[in-house]
Amino acid sequence: MSLKRIYAIYIRQWFLIKSNPVRLANIFLWLLIDIFLWGYISKYLSTLGQATFSFVTVVLGAIILWEFLSRMQQGIMTSFLEEIWSNNFVNFFASPLKIKEYVAGMVLTSIMTTAVGFLAMVLVAGLVFGYNILLLGFYIFPFILILFIFGVAIGIFISGVVFNFGPSAEWLAWPIPLLLSIISGVYYPLSTLPLFLQAIAKIFPTAYVFESMRTVVTSNNPASNIDLLIGLLLALAYLFLAYIFFIKIYQRNLKNGGIARFNAV
Amino acid sequence: MVNEVILNIDNLSKKYDQAVAVDQISFNINSGEIIGLLGPNGAGKTTTINMVLGLLQPTSGEIKVFGLDLESARSEINRQTNFAAVYAHMPANLTVWQNLYVFGMLYEVENLNKRIDVLLAEFDLEKFRHVKAGLLSSGELSRLNLAKAIINEPCLLLLDEPTASLDPSIAETIRENILAYARKTKAAILWTSHNMKEIEAVCDRVLFMSHGKILLEGNPKSLPTQYGKKDLEELFISVAREPLTFHE
Repeated sequence: MSLKRIYAIYIRQWFLIKSNPVRLANIFLWLLIDIFLWGYISKYLSTLGQATFSFVTVVLGAIILWEFLSRMQQGIMTSFLEEIWSNNFVNFFASPLKIKEYVAGMVLTSIMTTAVGFLAMVLVAGLVFGYNILLLGFYIFPFILILFIFGVAIGIFISGVVFNFGPSAEWLAWPIPLLLSIISGVYYPLSTLPLFLQAIAKIFPTAYVFESMRTVVTSNNPASNIDLLIGLLLALAYLFLAYIFFIKIYQRNLKNGGIARFNAV
Repeated sequence: MVNEVILNIDNLSKKYDQAVAVDQISFNINSGEIIGLLGPNGAGKTTTINMVLGLLQPTSGEIKVFGLDLESARSEINRQTNFAAVYAHMPANLTVWQNLYVFGMLYEVENLNKRIDVLLAEFDLEKFRHVKAGLLSSGELSRLNLAKAIINEPCLLLLDEPTASLDPSIAETIRENILAYARKTKAAILWTSHNMKEIEAVCDRVLFMSHGKILLEGNPKSLPTQYGKKDLEELFISVAREPLTFHE
């Protein structure tokens, strides 16, 4: 692995972001819209009923964590799509760049953009709605770690799908995370879902994170370490499978000429 | 370094299902040599170049660069190889300097900032340093592509129609840039073009391809007379229209 080449992939994206305020806005705009939207909905919900917990803490906590995962996934996807839009695969893959360095560069880019967006969300949620992420205590670390790994896995997987089917599959980048949010119990407990969806939810690490988060903030009970361990192992398994999938698609494209003629796929 | 084999292609083939794009071709390029790879559209020239760049996996055969097997040492080989192709432009949304910086990092160029300054001066791109590549004219873009192609001072340079669609004056400048580089570094160059006058002027040897096979090989100045043709262009037309006449 060459750190210089990983850095090259990152700096290519950073040059794009810093040269265009519209790209910069993209990092913050959707996140802040979500924070304001769900912040006010949560405030309204707090005025109804007799809940023993703060809706702001539960809902905004879920939104911030979910957006963290989505942004990780989208950061990777966007880096990948930029190369499609620039018709740049030939230049990249005819260079000494190794596929693992390319993936590492995309992940590094995504970490940078997601970290900035995450900090902005936490700051605005705190200043405007009094949300305090520290209420999650130590659990913030395993939650973020699991979501980070799974976000990277989804990003690599969807990039692999687009790499396989060509630019016409770009649209898949957007609905897949939304689908996941439905069955991961991001906004509601898993028990809300029909039984068969609850069973499906258990194969995704996100379900363990969001159930644990609700346990911590609504009942002040500790999260189950077993659940967090299962979530972590699942996330690692998905990351491994997504990476293998991406490599296989790359190798297939090397055989069928898909890299040199990617836009014709 | 003179006469050292830089690129060795042995029985190279590429098939897509039943279609044969490249059919058991073999040739060498030595250091300091400029080889013209000629042939009609669809002859297999770009497929050959893509295989040498590691963008396309051969169906069979062997590619060795600097004595190393391409399949097992692609990254190492590509550090000393580079290319410019009419179909592979630099990202339009980066400036000239940013493009050279990104690709310089990819090729792990030492003293990169200094190298970029030298290239900007050499290719008369200094005034476009902070201009996005998408705003450059065809000629300026070709110069940028070429600057990128030699940023790592490659020992093997692959040029796929580097002067296509350029006006004669700019094409001449590009050719001079390439020749200056070749003279200075003794790099091996594989050059495809449909401009036979250009090929006559720059190449030491030419390979004529048609239907994936190499049909003819020789000196571009003497080859036409060997086949009773007045020049390379006439020979090209004959090969393109009646390839079977030239089969061994």
